[in-house]
Amino acid sequence: MSDIVNGMLGAFRLIFSLDADLFEIILLSLQVTISAVIIASFIGMPMGAWLAVNRFKFRRLTIAILNALMGLPPVVVGLIVYIFLSRSGPLGVLNLLFTPTAMIIAQVIIITPLIASISHQAIRDLWADYHDLLISLNATKSQRIFTLIKDSRRSLLTASLAGFGRAIGEVGAIMIVGGNIDHLTRVLTTAIALETGKGEFAFALALGFILIALAIIVNLAIHSISKTERASTW
Amino acid sequence: MVEQILPLSVQGVSVKKRGKTIISELDLELSKDGLTIIMGPNGAGKTTLLRLLHGLEQPRTGKLDWNTNLKTARLNQAFVFQTPIMLRRSALENIIYPLTLKGASKSEAMREAEKWINIINLEQSAHLNAKLLSGGEKQKLALARALATKPQLLLLDEPTSNLDGRATKEIEALLNQTRKSGTRIVMTTHDIGQAKRLADEVIFLYHGKIHEKQEAISFFKKPSTKEATAFLKGDIVE
Ligand SMILES: Nc1ncnc2c1ncn2[C@@H]1O[C@H](COP(=O)(O)OP(=O)(O)OP(=O)(O)O)[C@@H](O)[C@H]1O
Ligand SMILES: [Mg+2]
Repeated sequence: MSDIVNGMLGAFRLIFSLDADLFEIILLSLQVTISAVIIASFIGMPMGAWLAVNRFKFRRLTIAILNALMGLPPVVVGLIVYIFLSRSGPLGVLNLLFTPTAMIIAQVIIITPLIASISHQAIRDLWADYHDLLISLNATKSQRIFTLIKDSRRSLLTASLAGFGRAIGEVGAIMIVGGNIDHLTRVLTTAIALETGKGEFAFALALGFILIALAIIVNLAIHSISKTERASTW
Repeated sequence: MVEQILPLSVQGVSVKKRGKTIISELDLELSKDGLTIIMGPNGAGKTTLLRLLHGLEQPRTGKLDWNTNLKTARLNQAFVFQTPIMLRRSALENIIYPLTLKGASKSEAMREAEKWINIINLEQSAHLNAKLLSGGEKQKLALARALATKPQLLLLDEPTSNLDGRATKEIEALLNQTRKSGTRIVMTTHDIGQAKRLADEVIFLYHGKIHEKQEAISFFKKPSTKEATAFLKGDIVE
């Protein structure tokens, strides 16, 4: 119990010491995760909408695969991305291994299915509601998708937040493709893993609390933004 | 000037769903003017017939022959659903939406929408989310949304079911005005009083077949089939 309290106190001390290295780590965590969430949202949301609106032969199978991909083990994703980006790999010439970009790629792969799947459910429900009206109004396919995405934006925000939650706390994949290099690819989760390995439990725990606080702050911030919007139109 | 999509000739059309024949071998001529009311007991196929005319149901056999090509026909008709489908947007935006789909500019659509919000007396709730409107307000909004697109043919599925007398009156007034302005109206109703007030022509649908199609005055005076006679009596007794 006292470990936890010490960890919390340590976290405060760390933050108020305004340690430059710590802020670098926090900033990179946010930068990598937010980039990944934005990219994954741009891929996953239209994909979810497209799946909701279109009838095609292997639709059910595709959705089943998508849902299964949500449970993709990050370590395996990391390994595959590593192989692709390694010097002898197919994308080796890009020299991306052990860079933040590699970490973003891995995270995009991990959270895109999650965002696509949650978006698909939200948009499918709205489509059931809007279907006859949009057909009646002769909306084209792209107009339909655009309308559905626009009008389910609050559920889609939840999808993005779920992706953020998964990505910010992810360690396996980014450890492999990022390498946890100080001042380059070290983020909160990999730093925690490192400190724990060194036996620096108090420090690791302090970082852990910062990570949790970060996740909560981002969620609250986005929540309050969507609330002010709801007040005006909802 | 846009081409006239009417008259419409429906020839030998059947609609089947899950093996069940809902509309069978139906022939129908829809003239250019007036207000037609489709009546008939629950499950007769009234909603299905309206949806068929609008292209929401596909005929298994037969064909619909519009005066223009199908695309023009689709673009110049509007449908008001029995349970209004509201976009999760404000009342005003609900009217703006189909106009912008049709290529109207933002300001043009806004002006038109404000005009219609005034016509249906919804100024107070113009910026309220449409889901929060009362049933009657939703019906009026759905009608205004349809009318704002200036359809040549307006299809309405029980536009006043669940509405009180005043709301019904308002909608009927709006429909009368619409007819006067030259829009062809085809609607269903279970309200015989309403049919008497509005209809120029009545179609009596029974088991997916048109049993009668005649001028409203003569239909109500003396229906020619015993099913229609029974239907009219039965409903009056209720
Ligand atoms: N998707 C469907 N699958 C099977 N049967 C259906 C389907 N949709 C409608 N039906 C059946 O078709 C028949 C006609 O339905 P429709 O809604 O057109 O009747 P209606 O005349 O509008 O009735 P009401 O007065 O109750 O509105 C009904 O018996 C209904 O059960
Ligand atoms: Mg019906």
